[in-house]
Amino acid sequence: MFTQRKYYYPYISPFDPCRPIEVKSYETPPQLYIGFQPPSLPQYESPKEALYRGTLWPALYSPYRNPYERGDEQQ
Amino acid sequence: MWYYEKKLQYPVKVRECNPRLAKYLIEQYGGADGELAAALRYLNQRYTIPDKVIGLLTDIGTEEFAHLEMIATMVYKLTKDATAEQMKEAGLGAHYANHDKALFYNNAGGVPWTASYIQAKGDPIADIYEDIAAEEKARATYQWIINMSDDPDLNDGLKYLREREVVHSLRFREAAEILKEERDKKIIF
Repeated sequence: MFTQRKYYYPYISPFDPCRPIEVKSYETPPQLYIGFQPPSLPQYESPKEALYRGTLWPALYSPYRNPYERGDEQQ
Repeated sequence: MWYYEKKLQYPVKVRECNPRLAKYLIEQYGGADGELAAALRYLNQRYTIPDKVIGLLTDIGTEEFAHLEMIATMVYKLTKDATAEQMKEAGLGAHYANHDKALFYNNAGGVPWTASYIQAKGDPIADIYEDIAAEEKARATYQWIINMSDDPDLNDGLKYLREREVVHSLRFREAAEILKEERDKKIIF
C-alpha cells in the first residue's frame, strides 16, 4: 500500500534568514500508482457518499488538508 | 556557477545555405518547446523540488543550453550568406527588417519567446510531469523539422538532439518514480 503524501528533509543552511521548516511534504495521490484502472474495484456503499467524495471508488479517493494546519513542520 | 567549454556538444555541419529551413529550426530556439524554454524551465524548478532530483534538473538544464548553442550555430550557418532577397523568399522578410541576420528568440511563426511557455507549479509531481511532456514535445518538433529537411549533414545533428530528448524523458520518468517511492516516509511514533 502506498502513502498519499511524502516527506523530505531539505538542506538547511546556518545562514537561512527565516526559521527553517525542517520537514517538507508533497502530495502523491492514488492515480500515480494505479496505471490502468482494473475492472470491478469496490465501490462506496451509497451513491450519496460517492457524490460527496467525487469518485465511485475508495481506491481513487485522495484526502487533502492544508499542510500548515496538519502540523507537518513539527516532527 | 558554470564552466564553459569552447566547443559544441556534438559537431554541427550544414551542407547548403537554406534560410527557409532556418525559419523552421528557429522553433527549437525560441519556441514554446524549444531549448531555451527547456533550460530555463529546469534550472528554475530545481530550487523547490525535493533534494533527490535537484541534481538531475541542474544537469539536464545545463545540457539544454549546450543544445541551444547547437541550434544557434545551425541557424547562423543556414542564413549567414543569404542575400536580403533570399531571406525575403524564405519568408524571413519580416525578420530581416527587424534583425538583419541576427538570431532572435522567436518561434517559426515569428512570435517572440515568452515566460508563459514555462511553468513552475511548486508541486513536485506536476513539475516533473510537465518536464516529461516538454521532452516529448521537443522530440516531436525535431521529427517534424527532420521531415522537412533534405540536408543530411544537418539532419545528423538533429537526430542526435532528438535522441537526447528521448534520454531526458526517461530520466524525468525515473525522477517521478523516485518521488513516488516510500523511502522518505515520515516516522510516526
